[in-house]
Amino acid sequence: MLIRIIITAVLLIIFSVLRFFFSTEDGETASRSGFVIKEPVWLILFLVPYFIIGYDILKKAFKGILNRKVFDENFLMAVATIGAIAIAIINKSSDYTEAVAVMLFYQIGELFQSYAVRKSRKNISELMDIRPDYANIEKDGELERVSPDEVPIGTVITIQPGEKIPIDGIVTEGSSTLNTSALTGESVPRDVGVSNEVLSGCINLSGVLKIRTTKEFGESTVSKILELVESSSSNKSKSEAFISKFAKVYTPAVCISALCLAIIPPIILLFLKQPASWNTWIYRALTFLVISCPCALVISIPLSFFAGLGGASKEGILIKGSNYLEALSKTKYVVFDKTGTLTKGVFNVNAVHHNTIDEERLIEYAALSECASSHPISLSLQKAYGKEIDRSRVDNIQEISGHGIIANVDGIAVAAGNEKLMDKYGYEYRSCHKTGTIVHMAVDNEYAGHIVISDEIKPDSKEAIEALKNSGVKKTIMLTGDMENVAKDVAENLKVDEYFAGLLPADKVSKVEEIIESKPKNDMLAFVGDGINDAPVLARADIGIAMGAMGSDAAIEAADVVLMDDNPLKIAKAIRISRKCLGIVYQNIVFALVIKFACLLLGALGFANMWAAIFADVGVMIIAVLNAIRALNVKKL
Amino acid sequence: MKKTYNIEVDCANCANLMEDATNKTDGIKTATVNFMTQKMTVEFEEGSDEKKVMKQVLKNCKKVEDDCEIEF
Repeated sequence: MLIRIIITAVLLIIFSVLRFFFSTEDGETASRSGFVIKEPVWLILFLVPYFIIGYDILKKAFKGILNRKVFDENFLMAVATIGAIAIAIINKSSDYTEAVAVMLFYQIGELFQSYAVRKSRKNISELMDIRPDYANIEKDGELERVSPDEVPIGTVITIQPGEKIPIDGIVTEGSSTLNTSALTGESVPRDVGVSNEVLSGCINLSGVLKIRTTKEFGESTVSKILELVESSSSNKSKSEAFISKFAKVYTPAVCISALCLAIIPPIILLFLKQPASWNTWIYRALTFLVISCPCALVISIPLSFFAGLGGASKEGILIKGSNYLEALSKTKYVVFDKTGTLTKGVFNVNAVHHNTIDEERLIEYAALSECASSHPISLSLQKAYGKEIDRSRVDNIQEISGHGIIANVDGIAVAAGNEKLMDKYGYEYRSCHKTGTIVHMAVDNEYAGHIVISDEIKPDSKEAIEALKNSGVKKTIMLTGDMENVAKDVAENLKVDEYFAGLLPADKVSKVEEIIESKPKNDMLAFVGDGINDAPVLARADIGIAMGAMGSDAAIEAADVVLMDDNPLKIAKAIRISRKCLGIVYQNIVFALVIKFACLLLGALGFANMWAAIFADVGVMIIAVLNAIRALNVKKL
Repeated sequence: MKKTYNIEVDCANCANLMEDATNKTDGIKTATVNFMTQKMTVEFEEGSDEKKVMKQVLKNCKKVEDDCEIEF
C-alpha cells in the first residue's frame, strides 16, 4: 500500500509539473513552453496514477453497486473522483490532479487509520500482557515446558525467578517475593512461603517456587482477568451507540444533500433566468461526497474507550465495559460498605492507654496471659505483641467466662478483661473514650491501663474520601452492620457525609434503593464493597465496585468495576480516569462534527474545494485518533 | 448459546455495518462486533445450527464489507 502511495505521489508531481509547462488553460492558446500536448494524452497520463491508487476502491465500489449498497464509502469516493474527472473533461481544463489527489489522500488516511489502530491495539494488549505462555513441570529431574491449558488440578509446577506464575496454586516448596503489579497496579512486592496461596499473573522475583495448582488455567485469576478485559469493550456506552446511530444517518444525509446541491440551485438559477452553471454545483456536490465518511468519529470513540479501559486495567482497575466507564464519570454518590472497604476487616490493637508501665510491656503481659485462648481478641493481642510467645513464662491461667483472664506471668499476677473483671477484683479502672473492644489490664494487683482493639481504618481511607470529594462526588455514605457507636466513630474520623448503622444485608439493598430514588436521575450512584456478602447491593447500584477482588470469583462476577487490591484511593482514581476518557470522547465528537459541518457549509458555498474536503476528512481523523490514544496515559491521574 | 469469534476488519464503520448485517441474519439473537479487539460475540437463537448460521453471517458480512473475515 505504501508503495502504491509513493508511486502515485511521484507520478502526480511529475505530471503536474509537465502540465504546468506543456498545457494551456483553455486548450487553445500556446503553453508556457511553446509545445502543447493535447487531450486525450493528459487524461491517459493522469489515469495511470488514478488507477494505481484507486483500483481497489473502484472494484469495491462496483461490487457495492452489485450488492445494491449505494452509501458505501468506496462507492462515494469513486463517484466523487470520477465526477471530478468528468467535470475536468467537460471544462476542457485537463486538470485531473484533483481527482488523483483526493484518491491519494483518502488512501493515506485509510493507511494511517489501520496503522494507528493496529499500533494502539498492540500497545494496549501489551499493557495487558499478563498471559503466561507456559508452565514448568518437573519430569525425571528435568523441567519440561507445557502449555498451561494442559495442566490438571493438583499438579506441582515449578516457577523460576523472573517467570510468571501461570496457574493459581499453593506453595509447597521454596519462598520468594512476588511482583503483583500485573494484577494490582501496585509494585509493592509480596513475600510468599510454603502453604501460601499464590495467584497466577504475578511474577516470581527471587527464589524458585514449587506450587501445587488448585485451579485449571481457564479458571485461574489471570484467565478471568484477561477474559474480563477482552470482553469489556463489547459493552458499548451511550456515546458509542450515539455514534453508530449517527454514522448510519450521517452518510445518507450527506449524500442526499449532495444530490440536492447538485440539482436544486441550478434549477432555481434557471428559473431566475440566470446561467445554471451546472458544473460548479455538481463540483460542490462532489465535494460533499468526499466528506461523507464518518470515519473519524466511528474510529476515535471506541478507540478512546478502549484506551481508557486499557489504561485503567494497567492500574489494577478492571472496568467491565465502556458503559460503566461512562457511568463512572457521572458518579455523584458513593456508598461504602464499612468492613473490609474503609476498614481492614480484621481486628487489631488500635490504641494502648497505659498507666504505670510502658506500652510494650502492657501488650506483652496481655499477649502472654491470653496465649492459651483462640478468641479473635486474644489473637489480635498476640499479633500486636509480634514476638514468639514463650508459654513457660505463664502459669495459673484461668479463663473467667464473660469477664476475661487471670494468670501469672513471670510470677506476677495479671488480669486482662472487661470492666466486669475489674469490678470483680475491685480494681479502679478508667473507661475509654475510644470505641471498640476494651481490654482492661491489672498487673501486680494494680490497674495498669487498657488496650483498645478495633477494626482498623485503612491508612488511605481518609485520603480516599477527600479525593472523592475533590473529584466532584457530592455525597459519600457509609453503610454498616456494625453498632451505632462504632459506625459513628469511623464516619466522623473519615468525614463521611452520612452513615447508617445496624443494617442487615437486605437492609443495605433497600437503603441503596432509597438513595437511588431520591437522587437526580443523571447522577450515578456507586456502591463500593468487598464483594463477600454484598453482591445484591453491588448489582443494584448504578455501578458496583468490588475491591480487594484478587482471587475472589464472586466479586468479579457481581461487580461492574473491580479493584484488584483493596486500596480505597483507587476509587477516586477510577473516577478520574473515566472523566479524562469521557472528556477525550466529547472533544473528539465535537471536534470532528464541527470540522465536518464547517467543511460542508464552506463546500456548499463554494469556499472549500475538494482538496480542503479531503484534508478535513483525513486530518480530522488523524487528530482524533492521536487524541484518543491520550486516554491510555493515566499513570499520573 | 454465546460464542466469540475472531474477525478481521479494517475500518471502524465497516465493523458497525458488519454488526448490523449479523444481527439481521436468521438464527442470531444478538451480535456485537468489537472493532478494537477484532472480535465478534454472537448469541445464537435456541436450536440453530451454529456452523450454518455463521456461514450465512459471513456471506451477509461480505456483502457489506468485502474485505472482512470471520474465523469459525
